[in-house]
Amino acid sequence: MTDYFTDFALILFYTLRDVLPILVLIVSFQIFVLKQPIPHLKRVIIGGVYVVLGLALFLLGLEKALFPVGEIMASQLSDPSFIGSTGTELTNWKSYYWIYIFAALIGFSTTIAEPSLIAVAIKANEVSGGTVNPWGLRITVAIGVAFALALGTFRIVTGTPLYIYIMVGYIIVIIQTFFAPKKLIALAYDSGGVTTSTVTVPIVAALGLGLSSAVPGRNPAIDGFGLIAFASLFPIIAVLGYTQFMNMKKRIIKN
Amino acid sequence: MNYKSYFLVILKKLWAAVTDLIPIILVVVFFQTVVIQQPFPQIGEVIFGILLVIVGLMLFIEGLEMGLFPIGESMAYALAKKGSLFWLMVFSFMLGFSTTIAEPALIAIAKEASVISSGAGLIDDNQKETYAMGLRLTVAFSVGLAIVIGVLRILKGWPLHYLIIGGYLLVMLMTVIAPKAIIGLAYDAGGVTTSTITVPLVTALGIGLATVIKGRSPLLDGFGLIAFASLLPMIFVMAYGLFWF
Repeated sequence: MTDYFTDFALILFYTLRDVLPILVLIVSFQIFVLKQPIPHLKRVIIGGVYVVLGLALFLLGLEKALFPVGEIMASQLSDPSFIGSTGTELTNWKSYYWIYIFAALIGFSTTIAEPSLIAVAIKANEVSGGTVNPWGLRITVAIGVAFALALGTFRIVTGTPLYIYIMVGYIIVIIQTFFAPKKLIALAYDSGGVTTSTVTVPIVAALGLGLSSAVPGRNPAIDGFGLIAFASLFPIIAVLGYTQFMNMKKRIIKN
Repeated sequence: MNYKSYFLVILKKLWAAVTDLIPIILVVVFFQTVVIQQPFPQIGEVIFGILLVIVGLMLFIEGLEMGLFPIGESMAYALAKKGSLFWLMVFSFMLGFSTTIAEPALIAIAKEASVISSGAGLIDDNQKETYAMGLRLTVAFSVGLAIVIGVLRILKGWPLHYLIIGGYLLVMLMTVIAPKAIIGLAYDAGGVTTSTITVPLVTALGIGLATVIKGRSPLLDGFGLIAFASLLPMIFVMAYGLFWF
């Protein structure tokens, strides 16, 4: 128990240091540039205390829960006795199909429930004048992320270079950009950043790192990262593709 | 506000934090019972950790909504109205920098990356802290710069897609030069930077600016800042890798 307290005190100290820049920014701008007193000072101070405490608790819980969950799932699903095999099957990418399914399910379920995606979907509906259906968009993006994470874990298992996948993804985005409705491009680009939430990032990262240390011949330093990159690229493709598809559908119905 | 309604608000926030975690818990429970068919290792500690995550996230987001968000929004609005380009640029940079330094997901990833790199013998064991902090500073700097470019774009009305495609080309170029061990982390850094704190504040800045400036539509020009904030960190982290390895 004393371990927890020393851990917590240390984390609390680091958190204070991390939040300090925001504090300095706001106070100095309010006083020196805008030359106004800070409105609702008491609320702001209480809010600041919440932020520091909350961040410290979150970081402590992250090390006790989120990282271990990702790592444990990776090591369980890539365990030789679970795969039920000898050395040769450990190097065969097909033996790891449960990992791909797990990654896809995590991707789909967290994306469908992601609040910032819901907000983006509603705005996309407004901008497009109703062509883009919020639910259709959310499901499209969730499928995109599910596919992205499954492909990302496949990449870790096979050890193929990350940049090839990402480059191909970029080229697809660039081509789509020329055909997509101009009004929705900025929104689509932004949707890449919003799908990876604070809770999902650590679990997915730990999954990749755990997997790369479990599969023979993989090096966590080279193969372990990259899952989040997949999860940020595919929503862009999914959103652009969805808007193009809806536009085409509209045109066909008109004719 | 009386205590009863305050209690209700807290319950609501707790529920919001729980719903963030529910999809993950469901998937993990399904796999543990149906696929793996074994009890989850260290279950007690994990449950305790999850409780900490829920309470922590709740407090964190509640605190942001109470203090930081309203101030950030009104400041972005006031600065846009004031019309001083210099201060707007300084504010944009500082906003990107300071929100990224405190971003929980980035803190987590930077630490993990330092452990992995020292485990692989890429950096000395006693340099772990420096490496993680340097990584966070690099990402924070690049997000600051990204917001400045994004704000300039909104002011000048440059088309977003040319800038983004140019950014992609730079990423490809850096990938050729950068050491292999940094590429995965660098690509991930793009998605990590834009979560809890950065997105709402930065979006508020973009929409506020596009509302104030004549001839800009908040829906069309207000977006796009996040896209820059996910692109520039990739380029800068690869440069960081060149420096270390």
